[in-house]
Amino acid sequence: MLQPETINKTNHYDAIIIGAGPAGLTAGIYLSRARARTLILNEGVVGGQMVLTHEIANYPGVEKTGGYQLSNIMKKQARSFGCEIRANIRISELHLEGDIKQVILSDGNAYTGNAVILAPGGRPRTMGADGESTFKGRGISYCATCDGDFFTGKEIVVVGGGNSALEEAVSLTKYVTKVTIVHQFDHFQAYQHAIDEAQSNPKIHFILNSTISAFHGSESLTSVDIQNLKTGEIREFKTDGAFIFIGYLPNTEFLAKIIELNEKGEIIVNGDMETSVRGVLAAGDCIAKRYRQVTTAIGDGTIAALSALNHLHQIKTRKSI
Amino acid sequence: MLQTNLKHIESASDHQKILEENENVMICCGRMGPMCLPVYDIMEEFEPLYSHVKFYDMDFDIPDARVIRNAPECRGFMGLPFTVYYKNGKIVKATSSIQNEQQVRAILDSEFGNI
Ligand SMILES: Cc1cc2nc3c(=O)[nH]c(=O)nc-3n(C[C@H](O)[C@H](O)[C@H](O)COP(=O)(O)OP(=O)(O)OC[C@H]3O[C@@H](n4cnc5c(N)ncnc54)[C@H](O)[C@@H]3O)c2cc1C
Repeated sequence: MLQPETINKTNHYDAIIIGAGPAGLTAGIYLSRARARTLILNEGVVGGQMVLTHEIANYPGVEKTGGYQLSNIMKKQARSFGCEIRANIRISELHLEGDIKQVILSDGNAYTGNAVILAPGGRPRTMGADGESTFKGRGISYCATCDGDFFTGKEIVVVGGGNSALEEAVSLTKYVTKVTIVHQFDHFQAYQHAIDEAQSNPKIHFILNSTISAFHGSESLTSVDIQNLKTGEIREFKTDGAFIFIGYLPNTEFLAKIIELNEKGEIIVNGDMETSVRGVLAAGDCIAKRYRQVTTAIGDGTIAALSALNHLHQIKTRKSI
Repeated sequence: MLQTNLKHIESASDHQKILEENENVMICCGRMGPMCLPVYDIMEEFEPLYSHVKFYDMDFDIPDARVIRNAPECRGFMGLPFTVYYKNGKIVKATSSIQNEQQVRAILDSEFGNI
């Protein structure tokens, strides 16, 4: 456990936030505006999954905006209050016990803080099927808005049966001549309106109770192996492309054994966003919850920041007694 | 033109001149889309660190971007951005779709040498 006398003041913060998606940026805005010295450490691009979102039409007060634009405003807002942001970093060690927490980066820099907010979000789930990494960007895509036009006039498969898969399949019919949705169950885990829209689209066909077990091709994808999960039978299916929308995984592998996670790897929090470790809060898509949206992430981020401020106040009060 | 902080290549002649004048060049050819932005971001971070490499972007939709779109090394690419790495004017590596920091760093180190 770190002792106060070992702190390097320039690298010490009241709060360290891990992740700069909407949850982390919101927490950064609240904490730095409350004059807490705050550092956000982010592994990828600032904005997180928000940047993957071509258009956000359900963010109250803003009729329509791009995910990139919204995240840029949040980033500027956090910086305007003095919040420091380091992007494209890698955390190599994390020590969360005690009043002084420590984060060590792979570049050797070490930072300490009295509170830590975990907001590492999630990432698209990959299938892990043979050939998936070989054909990523050569016929396999995880983003319809990015790559849809490469498939103009072609036939594709969409893997998944949730809202994203069905909505993206419909949006891809703007470009392609035929979409075959491959889904592992005989029913969909999506809103009825999304199911109705996909089922009534003449370009969309369905192969249910099935999954893709391998991707084949040479320069680019030319076929997939579709396995019937009931009979085990595998057949080759010619296709020009495959879009994969099979849900998200929380980015919490680096937290295993450090804080309490549930069986899905999501961080367990209470209503104040407190985790199993004192002074460590969590917010956004990484926590155990049902609905994952920008608005829910910023709500979590707000609560986590206010709880962190309360924790900082308690530490100060304890010291002054 | 792309709204990034990178230097932009705006024509095929620009592209030609840059390759003639520089030994190590990385060009990311894309749009302001979700798979491209993270790559531009990584390049912006790496630009001051890899002083022996020149970093540029190029708008995928301008006609002159054919110099990258039609490069034999990009045949079969169906995901933005197309990122190409040149040594002495020749393509030594090309990737399609989003790449993370470790993937870009590994290519820069192996093709152009570590920092
Ligand atoms: C294609 C798509 C469309 C969507 N459309 C909408 C929409 O229209 N409306 C809506 O409200 N929501 C939408 N969402 C959902 C929304 O984007 C997410 O719910 C929201 O971004 C979650 O915010 P977050 O801050 O919890 O996590 P994220 O946005 O995932 O951000 C987490 C950040 O943490 C970083 N990170 C991860 N691990 C580490 C680590 N170990 N160390 C440091 N940093 C780390 C990541 O790189 C990332 O930058 C969409 C999502 C996707 C993928």
